[in-house]
Amino acid sequence: MKVKPVNHAKAAEEFLDDAPHLTFHDERLWDMRQKRDQQMHLLPEWQELRSRASAIKEHTLANLPEYLEQFEANAKKNGIHVHWAADGAEHNRIVGEILEKHGAKSLIKSKSMVTEECDMRAYLEPRGVTVTETDLGERIQQLDGQMPSHIVVPAVHKLVPDVAKIFAKNYNTDPNDNSPQSLAESQRMAARPVILTADAGMTGGNFLVAETGTFVVCTNEGNADLSATVPNLHIATLGIERIVPRMADMGVFIRLLSRSALGSPITQYTTHFRGPQKGGEMHIVLVDNGRSARLGMEEFWTSLKCIRCGACMNTCPVYRRSGGLSYGAVYSGPIGAIIDPTFNERKYSTLPFASTMNGSCTNVCPVKINIHEQLYKWRRVLAEHHELPFVKREIMHMAGKLMGQPTLYRTAINGTEVALSTLPRFVLYNWLNPWGKHRELPHPVKQTFHSWYKKNRLKDKKESQGGKA
Amino acid sequence: MKIGLFIPCYIDAFYPNAGIATLELLEKLGQDVEYPMDQTCCGQPMANSGCNSDAAAAEALFVRNFAKYDAIVMPSGSCTHHVRDNFDAIPQTEEVKHVRKNTFELVEFLHDILKVEEFPWAEFPHKVGLHNSCGTLRALRTASMSELGEPYFSKPMDLLTKVKGISFATPKRPDECCGFGGTFSVTEEAVSARMGLDKVKDHYQAGAEYIVSADTSCTMHQQGCAERGGVPIRFIHIAEILNGARS
Repeated sequence: MKVKPVNHAKAAEEFLDDAPHLTFHDERLWDMRQKRDQQMHLLPEWQELRSRASAIKEHTLANLPEYLEQFEANAKKNGIHVHWAADGAEHNRIVGEILEKHGAKSLIKSKSMVTEECDMRAYLEPRGVTVTETDLGERIQQLDGQMPSHIVVPAVHKLVPDVAKIFAKNYNTDPNDNSPQSLAESQRMAARPVILTADAGMTGGNFLVAETGTFVVCTNEGNADLSATVPNLHIATLGIERIVPRMADMGVFIRLLSRSALGSPITQYTTHFRGPQKGGEMHIVLVDNGRSARLGMEEFWTSLKCIRCGACMNTCPVYRRSGGLSYGAVYSGPIGAIIDPTFNERKYSTLPFASTMNGSCTNVCPVKINIHEQLYKWRRVLAEHHELPFVKREIMHMAGKLMGQPTLYRTAINGTEVALSTLPRFVLYNWLNPWGKHRELPHPVKQTFHSWYKKNRLKDKKESQGGKA
Repeated sequence: MKIGLFIPCYIDAFYPNAGIATLELLEKLGQDVEYPMDQTCCGQPMANSGCNSDAAAAEALFVRNFAKYDAIVMPSGSCTHHVRDNFDAIPQTEEVKHVRKNTFELVEFLHDILKVEEFPWAEFPHKVGLHNSCGTLRALRTASMSELGEPYFSKPMDLLTKVKGISFATPKRPDECCGFGGTFSVTEEAVSARMGLDKVKDHYQAGAEYIVSADTSCTMHQQGCAERGGVPIRFIHIAEILNGARS
């Protein structure tokens, strides 16, 4: 079956129709960008940190097998069970088997984009495992049956009353109680008993440290620590690109991560997991799911440097005005638009075009991924792979031909001149002309620059040359 | 120095005054300028859409038109960015390399090459908001960008502050893209138009009577958004102000 490309433009248009949500979304994320700027100004070494972080990641990716094996050996020494998952299906099967072995029916988990990638809940729930998200935003999204719309603030596209309605439906709370405090309290009351009685806990993770065989989880709510430590069984899932060589490298990445993400100096909790707790078991699943293939893509491999801070989303004027769900993918925003096509070229072929290529993303990225240049490169690749809409391809083909023929081109330009000044408004502004839907067309002019030059400069030149002869 | 003048298609067709001002300004500064009559486009629209091979004919023609000049000057940041950084649909001969290396956006040409100290004929008694296009800001680097936290610099402001009577309005989000984005303005028209409207409102609320820019493609889009959205603000190319336009 042919997959249909995501219609980002249409989803964005619907998002734009809702003024209160749009305004909040744009301003909330812009506020995060500004807080990030303030943190940047406090660190004179900011650009050096970015360069250092980028270099560490590039070095690590260039030597990925060695560092992963080093991690595995050291993690095993620490008493951690290490599993390798080639794709999402294998990841889910591994997690399912661990849970089954322990007879675990209730799993609490903190936010993990990898489990979203693998669509793990959909795998586990039919097999009798109740999965409960403990991150507030992620829980809201789970209850609402939606993907996270942002990798750091998963429910940022929702307003407080939206949450009140979702909680009312699930927790029997007052749908009109729009106090964030009481909503947070009802989530706490609902979550605590589940946490205290859960059979197993799951976390994602931000960094794997090769030399120590440990991993680091950065959160703000403390829910990951509860998920990891209350049950005896802790399963952590991380993408293989999350690895860094040395513990000392944390000094670079921890300083960049939360400053870039939320504009706070550090996350509330930065937990180094070094092995299972007494009497407990710790498993780590290292997930490939397309990463090795991406590493082999000459133009796109540096997207693996990403530390999932979301700074590119917060600064992106298109993302802020279209919402994460409009990307129809696990990863949204600028970073999503360059990663998603590696999962499915056709389905996500529209995303590299959902950008003005303004370049703000590249310049806020703490690991210096050239995001907007990769968007440009993706457009080329998609065109070469025939993943552009037929009409667009044809228009560009015709335009390209026209631009190579000055005489024809001149005739066409003069046609525009005449058309704009003579055609009635209803012809110029119709459904075939998306420009005119929310915008006026340029005004007609008396003459083009070309005709003006001919009249005012070439004539002079001819006369002066004639005079000389 | 012999200068070849490139006038982008949308300036040629819709904003000839920006082109005329560019030519007259360079002439006032004593430059020897020619406009090759057979010019069309730099190839950017095709290349930006991913259809790079469709840009080849335009790029080849561009080189045929401009290879003989010492410098190629254009009143457009995005076209300059294309020629300088992405112009690779055709084989990179010495001629092509010469053209790419010697193509300048007007502001950087005035600021860096001619090092113009004054515009004695220029007077613009209005409050203006400067729109740095993303091409000039983040590709050509004619001004400092807020993302990097670098020391302030602005080549267009260096030039504009030499104009008598001019004053400036500072929008809240000066570096935010206006949403034009080439074919993006059509394929993502809703987001594009909203970004444009937000942009012109930001300038208007800061007290700007005019939005001045080195990129007419951005202001063509912004003007369309302002007129439809009822935001009473006017638009002008930086060349027009520097050339002595009074309104």
